[in-house]
Amino acid sequence: MSIQSSPGATTTVAGALARSENVILGFASFVIGILFWYAVTRAGLVKLPGPFQVVSRSADMMANGQIFTDILSSLRRVFIGFVLGAGAAVPVGFLMGWYKRARGLIEPWIQFLRVIPPLAVIPLAIVTLGIDEAPKIFVIFLASFLSSVIATYQGVISVDRTYINAARVLGASDGVIFARVVVPASIPFVLVGFRIGLGSAWATLVAAELIAAQSGLGFRMQQAQLYYDLPTIFVSLITIGILGLVMDRIVVWTESRLTQWQERV
Amino acid sequence: MAASVKIRFNDATRCFGAFVALEKLNLEVMDSEFVTIVGPSGCGKSTAMNMAAGLLMPSSGSVTIDGEAVSGPGPERGVIFQQYALFPWLTVRKNVEFGLRLKGMKERERRERAMHYIELVGLADFADALPKTLSGGMKQRCAIARAYAVDPKVLLMDEPFGALDALTRVRMQDQLLGTWTRERKTVMFITHDVDEAVYLANRVIVMAAKPGRLQEIIEVDLPYPRNEELRLSARFTEIRNRVWHAVYTRAAPALQP
Ligand SMILES: Nc1ncnc2c1ncn2[C@@H]1O[C@H](COP(=O)(O)OP(=O)(O)OP(=O)(O)O)[C@@H](O)[C@H]1O
Ligand SMILES: [Mg+2]
Repeated sequence: MSIQSSPGATTTVAGALARSENVILGFASFVIGILFWYAVTRAGLVKLPGPFQVVSRSADMMANGQIFTDILSSLRRVFIGFVLGAGAAVPVGFLMGWYKRARGLIEPWIQFLRVIPPLAVIPLAIVTLGIDEAPKIFVIFLASFLSSVIATYQGVISVDRTYINAARVLGASDGVIFARVVVPASIPFVLVGFRIGLGSAWATLVAAELIAAQSGLGFRMQQAQLYYDLPTIFVSLITIGILGLVMDRIVVWTESRLTQWQERV
Repeated sequence: MAASVKIRFNDATRCFGAFVALEKLNLEVMDSEFVTIVGPSGCGKSTAMNMAAGLLMPSSGSVTIDGEAVSGPGPERGVIFQQYALFPWLTVRKNVEFGLRLKGMKERERRERAMHYIELVGLADFADALPKTLSGGMKQRCAIARAYAVDPKVLLMDEPFGALDALTRVRMQDQLLGTWTRERKTVMFITHDVDEAVYLANRVIVMAAKPGRLQEIIEVDLPYPRNEELRLSARFTEIRNRVWHAVYTRAAPALQP
């Protein structure tokens, strides 16, 4: 990006303008969307709750604390499952990228498991792990592990040979090359894997809660569905969207912090 | 000139699949000698250098350093790559310190030494900058500082000054000759610039393509230290023309004594 490569006064001002224009556009589009929603529901064109109904329902759910309990139990599951999955993916991915033998042994399994949608594992998980936290966390673990492991492994095998050669001619051993060249060079890939992993963990979780849970945002929607309680479904959906967005932003932010050295085009 | 052979290519051949990148190269580079290699693109210059660096193994024949077959790279042979090969996640200073750290040098000494070479290549103001903020020429100078810093006995340089502007280039040439005269390193230097090849070298190695091979070796019997005046001398022009012909017409006229 030109803003990063030449921090001259003009480009910075232009960059700030472009950014504030984006903010304004984003805000405008948000307002237009809400107005449209209001108009459509007000005119009775669709049988859906309007923005005011949804806001007042969410106020109720906040007042009685229910929504926070749901958010907390959903986030807890995602967090545990994702940390376990990503935590296992990094060493396995590096192992596969670094040792050809490990790759040969592990890759067929990963490729096979990868094409099974994590949700399809739920029935098996429920039968074998019961209906409390374990099956849900396991499914999330699987979803985030599979997305992150591929990215990490791709990162390792695509490290530019010139960097490895440059380190070797400076006297680096294999261990040093791994720690000081391969690891930093593949961090961008690993973080992209985390981002995808977290996204699929979140998607999987909500679906898992729809099927079997006693709390959580997915569970709340499923309950509301039984009573045709559309405002609650809306509140839950919007909350899921906002939380997903916030988590994604956090990963993107971390990514840009950790990979400032990258040339971006 | 010292008598012992530093680098010896012995029928060194390198193929990539069925393609012969370099065919039966026979060349001896003496200890403390400065040779430059010129030749058309794709004639195997980088291939030959990578074999001396220990990054490529010959398909047949051998490459020896001090009489021992090259089995891999080592810090006593500094390499400056055609593609700068700086570590983009490290600052200029950390890049230069990379090899020093591997030698187990203490932080303070390392820092001082790195700064010395960074100043030598004129990058002092950019010591804490990341490579992505540097121009091509600055990256190349950083790569040079990184290679010089570990104080290798042999310098293998692949078009190191290619990305520099004319003035910086001349400065870097004189600096390199200065370093070489003081420290008596053995230098193998690839360039596309015939002028540069003659200005720097004891001998100019001219290579030809398809298949990559040795075309001719031209002695440069000009005294060191060399300076800008020398570039204007009749003798320099004469030798340069000879190299030029060897590279581009492959029919070198006899050199007048
Ligand atoms: N890893 C490789 N795989 C296949 N072919 C290669 C490989 N490396 C080099 N070659 C081929 O070998 C030949 C010589 O390559 P080399 O890089 O040594 O040329 P060069 O003389 O350094 O050229 P230039 O001046 O453009 O840098 C080229 O034709 C190139 O296509
Ligand atoms: Mg080359």
